[in-house]
Parts: sequence; structure tokens; C-alpha cells
Amino acid sequence: MTRSEDRLTAAFVAVALVALFGGALTGVFQALEHSGLNVYPSTPLVKSYYHSLTLHGVLNVLVWTTFFICGFVPFLVTRALGRPLALPGLAWLTFWVMLGGLVLAAIPLLGNAATVMFTFYPPLKAHWAFYVGLTLVVVGTWLVTLNLALTWRAWRRQHPAERTPLAAFMGLVTFAMWTIASLGIAAEMLVMLIPWSLGLIGGTDPLLARVLFWFTGHPIVYFWLLPAYMSWYALVPRQAGGKLFSDPLARTSFILFLVLSTPLGFHHQYTDPGIHVGWKLVHAFLTFAVFFPSLLTFFNVVASLESGARARGGRGWVAWFARLPWGDPSLAAQVLAMLLFTFGGIGGLINASYNLNLVVHNTAWIVGHLHLTVGTAVTLTFMGICYWLVPHLAGRALWSRRLALAQVWTWFVGMIVFSNTLHRLGLMGMPRRTMIGAAAYVQPEWKVLLPLVGAGGALLFLSSVLFFLNLVLTLVASRAPAPAVPAFSEALSGADHAPAILDRWRPWIALAFVLIAIAYGPTLVRLALTTPFNTPGLRVW
Amino acid sequence: MATRKATTVYLYELAWILPSFAIPVGMLVALVVTAFGAGIHLPGQERRIDPTKVAETAPFDTPGLVELAPGQYEVRMTAQIWAFAPNEIRVPAGSTVHFWATSKDVVHGLLIPKVHVNVMLLPGQVAHAVARFDTPGEYPIICHEYCGIAHHTMAGKVIVEAAR
Repeated sequence: MTRSEDRLTAAFVAVALVALFGGALTGVFQALEHSGLNVYPSTPLVKSYYHSLTLHGVLNVLVWTTFFICGFVPFLVTRALGRPLALPGLAWLTFWVMLGGLVLAAIPLLGNAATVMFTFYPPLKAHWAFYVGLTLVVVGTWLVTLNLALTWRAWRRQHPAERTPLAAFMGLVTFAMWTIASLGIAAEMLVMLIPWSLGLIGGTDPLLARVLFWFTGHPIVYFWLLPAYMSWYALVPRQAGGKLFSDPLARTSFILFLVLSTPLGFHHQYTDPGIHVGWKLVHAFLTFAVFFPSLLTFFNVVASLESGARARGGRGWVAWFARLPWGDPSLAAQVLAMLLFTFGGIGGLINASYNLNLVVHNTAWIVGHLHLTVGTAVTLTFMGICYWLVPHLAGRALWSRRLALAQVWTWFVGMIVFSNTLHRLGLMGMPRRTMIGAAAYVQPEWKVLLPLVGAGGALLFLSSVLFFLNLVLTLVASRAPAPAVPAFSEALSGADHAPAILDRWRPWIALAFVLIAIAYGPTLVRLALTTPFNTPGLRVW
Repeated sequence: MATRKATTVYLYELAWILPSFAIPVGMLVALVVTAFGAGIHLPGQERRIDPTKVAETAPFDTPGLVELAPGQYEVRMTAQIWAFAPNEIRVPAGSTVHFWATSKDVVHGLLIPKVHVNVMLLPGQVAHAVARFDTPGEYPIICHEYCGIAHHTMAGKVIVEAAR
């Protein structure tokens, strides 16, 4: 590994961490607001609850995730392939395009000129720089895909008969899936929102915009999750002292994610008028289909952890779990992330359940759900990765292992309190994305639970402060050299047992497009032909 | 030895794959049965409306409650920043109420917890939802999509009176 790749990864991860800090800070303001403490009159930069909420969403789910992934995935892929990126110059150009886009979007965002949430549903109309900036970030991710594909092709020429190493395979699938999925948001930006925000076209259409947004908006959660799965499959088994249970099953589940991630976005639009219920049901079916590779992952990862715990002397059906190396904060973070993700997965099935969605759609339940998925399965895993990645990039050992363990457990406990409370409030009908402390319709049964939102949020904020403190002290105060990067896991059942077709790209990508054409084609064609684009934009914040 | 290990892994895989397949299929069957057997329906494809001419377009030119038959009501409702019209509806217990609604400006939502009215109100689209109010009392009507700086003030109520 050349130092150049490390510097690139360090640049992406640094931007990601700055974003996460902003996201955590705005997050605690919102949690406190729900428990009755309105801090906004005294925050200098943040103008309102909704300004804060937009910053929180954009910084956490769009910036923190995307920049971390664009740093971490190429890092693992190049190590797994044992060769540098095909085009290092392009890789740096990619970074600057994405950073430039981020700065462009950040100007209206910080200036309260784009308080439209991370979903930016028109006809809420943000400043054009917000849409152009985010589009540049997406374009940057396509350049990462290109670079990874060229790197893999160069590797393939030298190793025509070998199986693609698992971590490289997973990284390529992640970016291939994302590139297909991002076509929806690219179309929304380029055809609708950018020309409209620049005044080139007069009107827009909320329904078509939402269809294009959710075309990307559901698979984006797999874009966040699959890099976490990469760590769970390729690194965590060895960190736990064991082996990956089944390499072929891991490849199978990733191929299924490539094929099935996109054609199911209507499950975010079950309650939208203007989409036929028959197509909503088709998307419900496909959402349940993508649950299948998630269950495969669950089994494979838990079986791998078990192999580690048993090698360390673990016994019994369940008691082995205590024998995992809990003293390693990187492993503890990721195992606790998996544990909470189990509940996130079950909640996700409820959201996807067509008519059951009527109970939870746009309520606080959804906020509870996504803090278990992107807020824990992804974020706590990435934090666990940071505990070896940042020391490696900085060339210094982590400042304090104990502080890191305290951070991980605080996140776990804080998230249980925070997320469980929001799930319950959602079932009681409390809406999401609402300044509840000032709402006119707060029900007596909500009032009992609202202080717990603040308490959970405060614990999560404390956890993030411990996280950043440890990383900063690692950079400025740690003197010991960094330990080695975790090695890739060996497998009990290796790549040679995997069917050869799993190493081919075209059939799977073609199948993904066929499913998208079936699931989205008729609705998109109808909307493209009949949409009048006659809704004017508004700035109402 | 290597073969035996691989076979064991394979058997474990199979023992997991089959239920992993059966669980989602079983859930889907339950879902379809409740959707069609119990008659719980999602909002569907109704019709378009010109979002700039809602006030001139029937039935939204006369927002309000209409009694279609004894115990059967229709509400013609418009949403705009930051109010529903009408924002208070009175019906006797046991009534079935059809909500026909649309938005005059940005995306709003129509949420009535407990009776599971949950539908997005998009400019340009007519939305439809049905609820049955059996128990007397006050039911909040809540806008559950961010619609601007005073979103949290956008609400109304259904007052269900004991049957006459």
C-alpha cells in the first residue's frame, strides 16, 4: 500500500468526521427541544428547529456516510487486490469535485436558504447552489465507481483464473449497485430541480420528484449498509478470533443486493396519491425479497462470530457470545451495532408491510427506525472502523482503549432509550420532522415519554463527544506507533466453493435493469407523458 | 477432512437458507390476506388537479363536510400553509368518513392517529382516505410532512359525538 492511497482515505474520512460532528451537535438540540428545552434562540448559526433538522439530516445521512464510504471502500478494495488505484490523479480529482460540491451546497444550507430537509421535496425551493452542490457529490461517487472498475480490470488481466478477493468483490458490488440506483436522483436534479431553481423552467411536479427521489432514496440505505457489511464479513470474523463462515453465501447475498436493492422504492410512497396500488404491492413483494439476503448476512456474520468465540473457549448455545473479545472497542462497536440492527431489520419489515405502513408512515416511529439502521448499524460500525483506521492513517496508536469502550457502550444504551421511545411515540401518532415542543396537539400520553427523547439524545451526544475527544487526542497526544490494520478473514468455506457465475458482472447488472424496468417502467412512462410541471416553487421557512 | 468440513458448512447453510426463504414468503401471505381479506386499503391513483386552481375546482371550491347518507360522510379538504380547511369536523359515532383532499401549495400530510388515516397531500394530486369513527371523543388531525417554519401549528380535529 502506497502512502498516497492512505492520504486519499484520510482526506475523505476527515471531511466525513467534520460532518458527523455537525450532525451530532444539531441532533442534540432537536432531542432537547422535544423534551421541552428550546435552545434555538441562543444558537448563533442555527436559525430554527427546521434549519437544525435539515443540517442534521444532510450532514449525517448524506455527507458523513458518503465521504466515509468513498474513503473506506477504495482503501479496502486496493488492499484486497494488492494494487493501487488505476487512476490516482482521477481519485484526487474526485475528492476535490466532491468537496467543491459539498462547499457549494453548504453555503445556502448554513445560510438558511435550503431548509428543505435531506429529502428536498419540491415545491419547497432551495437555492440552486444546494442542488448543484449535491449533484456534484453524486457525480464524484460515479468517478469512484469508474476508478474501482478500472482497478479491478487491471487486476483481472494479471489474474485471469482467480476469484476476485471477497473484500474487493463487495466494494465493487456496492459501487455498482449505487451507480445504478443514483440514476433516479440524478434525473430529478438534472431534469427537474436544477433548471427550475435557476429559473429556466417555471414549475415542477411533486409526485414525479418523489418517485425519482425514492428510486434512489431506498437503495441509498444499502449504499450505507454494504460497506458496514464489508467490515462485518471481511474483517470482523478475524477481529473476533475466528473465520468467516461461508464466502459463497457472502457473495450470493451481495449479488442479491445488487439485483434487488433498487426496484422497491414505492414502499416509501405507500401513502402517496397518484401511484396505483397494484404497483405499490409489487414493490412490497420485492422489499420482502431483499429481506432474504439480509437474513443470509445475519446468519453468516453471527456464525462467524460464533466461530471466533468458540476458538476462544466459548461454550453453550448462547453463552459463547460473552467470550467475544469485548475489550476491543472496534469489535465491541460493530457487534453492538449488529445487535441493534436486528431490531432495525424487524422494524423495516413492518414499514414495508403495505397496509401496516399506515400506522407508522411519517411518524416518530420512522425516526426511531432510521437511528437504528443508519444511526447505529452504519454509524456505530463506522466508528468501530475508525478505531483502527484513524490510528493507521495517523501513524499513532489510539489514545485510549477504555475511553473508546465507554463511548461504544454509551452509544448503545443511549440509542436503546432514544430509539425505543421514538418507536413508541410513533405508534401513538406523534409526527416526525415536527417541532413537538411548540406543537398545538401534543397528547397527554406523549408527554410522559418526551423527556426520554432528550435523555437518549443527550447520551448519544455525550458518546459522540467521547468519540471525537479520543480521535483528537490520538492525533495530538498519542506517542505509541499504530498497530497493524486488521487482516482479511479466512473462510471456513472459501471462494473456490462459490459458483463461477457470481464473478461475472453483466448478467447481474442486466437483471437489475430488467427488474427496475418492470417495477418502475409503467409508472415512470405514465408520469413522464402526463406530468404538467405546473406547481410553482415556494420558500416557506 | 476438508470435504467433511465443507459438507458441514453446506448443511448449515441449507438449514438457514430454507427458513430465510420461508419467513418472508409467510409474511407476504399474511400481508396479502390482511390487505384484501380485512379490506385495509392504501391511497391509490385518483386524479390530477391544477394546483394553482384548487379554489376554483370542484369539489374543493366548497370545502367542508357533506352527509351522503345516514352515517356516511364526505369531507372536501384543502391543505395550505399552515392550515386545513375545514379544520374542525363533527360527526356522530359510528360514522364512515371519506376524506377527499389536496394541497394548494407545498407537500402536506394528513394523519389521524387511532383510525389510521395516513395520506400525503401533494400539489397536483387528489388524495382519498376512509375512516370509521366508532368511539366518541376528539381525534387530532395532524400535518405530518414538513411544510415550512410553522409546520407544527398545522392541525385540526374530528369531534365524534355520541350517537343521537
